[in-house]
Amino acid sequence: MSLLETHSLTAHYGDFQALFGVDIRLEQGETVAIIGANGAGKSTLMRSISGVLKNGSDQVRFDGRPIGDLTADEIMARGVAMVPEGRRLFPSLSVEENLQIGTYGRKVQGHWSLETIYDMFPILKERRNHPGTALSGGQQQMVAIGRALMSNPRVLLCDEISLGLAPVVIKDIYAAVPQIQDAGASLIVVEQDIGQALKVSDRVYCMMEGRVTLEGPADTLSREAIHDAYFGGAAA
Amino acid sequence: MIWVDTIIQGVLLGGLYALFAAGLSLVFGIMRLVNLAHGDLIVFAAYLILLLVSLLGLSPFVAAVIAAPIMFGVGWALQRHVLNRVLGPDILPPLLVTFGLSVVLQNALLEGFSADSQRLSSGEITTASVQMLGLNLGVLPLLTFASAILVIVGLNQLFYRTELGRAFRATSDDAVTAGLMGIRPERIFATATAIAMLVVTLAALYLGMRANFDPNIGPARLIYAFEAVIIGGLGSLWGTLAGGIIIGVAQTVGAAINPEWQILAGHLAFLIVLLIKPRGLFPRAVD
Repeated sequence: MSLLETHSLTAHYGDFQALFGVDIRLEQGETVAIIGANGAGKSTLMRSISGVLKNGSDQVRFDGRPIGDLTADEIMARGVAMVPEGRRLFPSLSVEENLQIGTYGRKVQGHWSLETIYDMFPILKERRNHPGTALSGGQQQMVAIGRALMSNPRVLLCDEISLGLAPVVIKDIYAAVPQIQDAGASLIVVEQDIGQALKVSDRVYCMMEGRVTLEGPADTLSREAIHDAYFGGAAA
Repeated sequence: MIWVDTIIQGVLLGGLYALFAAGLSLVFGIMRLVNLAHGDLIVFAAYLILLLVSLLGLSPFVAAVIAAPIMFGVGWALQRHVLNRVLGPDILPPLLVTFGLSVVLQNALLEGFSADSQRLSSGEITTASVQMLGLNLGVLPLLTFASAILVIVGLNQLFYRTELGRAFRATSDDAVTAGLMGIRPERIFATATAIAMLVVTLAALYLGMRANFDPNIGPARLIYAFEAVIIGGLGSLWGTLAGGIIIGVAQTVGAAINPEWQILAGHLAFLIVLLIKPRGLFPRAVD
C-alpha cells in the first residue's frame, strides 16, 4: 500500500476539465517529482490532493484511507502539508508568526520546530520580526517551506518552489530538501525545471494536458522520452 | 470652561460610539462582511438585558454578564448557519441577508416589546458624578469610556498576542491558504462574530443605561458605528476609538451651539474627514 495515491483523479474548473484520470502514488520515504509544461495540470493535481479542490472520496487515498472529499484543514490535520505556488505568505503576519501559523490549534511532535527551521534557514531568525512579505523572494520561499514543515507533515507537497527565483537562490532552497527527507517526510515536488526535478527525486511523473504521459525512476528516464512526454513529440 | 466641559462630554460619548463600532470593525476586518444588522443586534441585546433585569430583578450589570454568553452563542450560530453561507467573492448577498435580518429583528422586537421606549435603570449610578480637574463628570460616561478603552486594548491583545489572533489575521489575508495551514475559516468567522457579540452586549448595556431605546433605533446606531470605523480607517481598532471620539465631540459641540445641530454636526464631521482623508485617519490595509 502506498502512502499517498490518486485513482482516476479528475478535476474541473467550472466547465473546464483540468485532470483526466490521473493515477500517481507516493511511497513512504520517497520523493516524487511532477514535471510538465504550463497548464499541464500539475498545480491542479496539488490543489486536489491538498483539498483546495474537492474530489470523489476514493480518488485520493492517504495511508490507506480515502481523503478525496475532505477539506484542506482536515487533510492538513492528517499530515499532508503544502507549500503553495507563489508562496502565499500572510502579509499581516511577521516571519515568525507565519511559521507559527503552521501549528495552529494543535500540539505537534516531531523534528520540526521554530528552532530547527531557524537552524536550517538562519536568515529567517535574523528577520523573524519583519513582515513576511518584506523579504526577498528566496527568503519568502524559505518561510513558506518552514510554515508547511511546522506541522511535521508526513507528506510535503511543494508546488513550484523555484518559480521566479534566481538559479543561485534555487540551489539554496533545494539544499534543504535532503534535510526534509532525513527528518522523515515524503515529498511530491512540482517543477518546471527538469534537471532540478531529476536531481532531487526518486521517481518522476510527466504530465501533459491533464494526463500522466510518462512515469519512471529519475535515473533511468532518457532525455528523449521526457522531451516527448513533455511536449507530446512522438505521440503527436 | 464650558467648552472644555462640552468637549470632554463629547470624548466620553465617543467611547459609547467606539463600543458600537468595535464589533462592526472586528467582523469587517476579518471577513469583509458589512453587517447591516449590527445596530439592531445592539438593540436586541439591550432588550435581552432588559428582560433579564425585569424577570430576575437583577442589576443591569449582572444581567449583562448573563446576556454576554447568550449573545456569544447567537453570534456563533448566526455566522455558522446563516452568514457563512452567503460569504463569497460577491459582496451583495451578505448585504442583503444582513439587511433582511435588520428588518426581521426590528419587527420581532416591536412584536415582542411594543414600540414603547425602554430604559435600563441602574439606580444611583445613572446620576452619580465625580469632581475631576474642576469638572463635574458623570460616572456612567466615564465607565463607558473606560470600557471602550478596555475593549480596544483587549481586542488588540487578542489580535496581536494570541494564537487565535494570528489565525484571525491569516484568515483575513487569505482564507484559502489559511485552510492549507489547518485553519478552518468558517470556524474562525463564527468565533469572530461571537466575540463581536460580546462587545455588542457591552455596548447595549451602556446604551440602555444612558438613554431610552425602542425597537427602531438600531439603524441610527449602525450609522454612528459605520462613521466611527470609516473615520478611523478600516482595520484599525484605535482608529475606531478616534473615530468615535470625533463624532462624539462634533455632536456635543454641535448641540452646544444649537440643540438641533447635534446629529447633523456628527455627520458633517464624518464628511469633512472623508474629504480630507478618504481612507480614514489610520488605514491599516491597502485593499
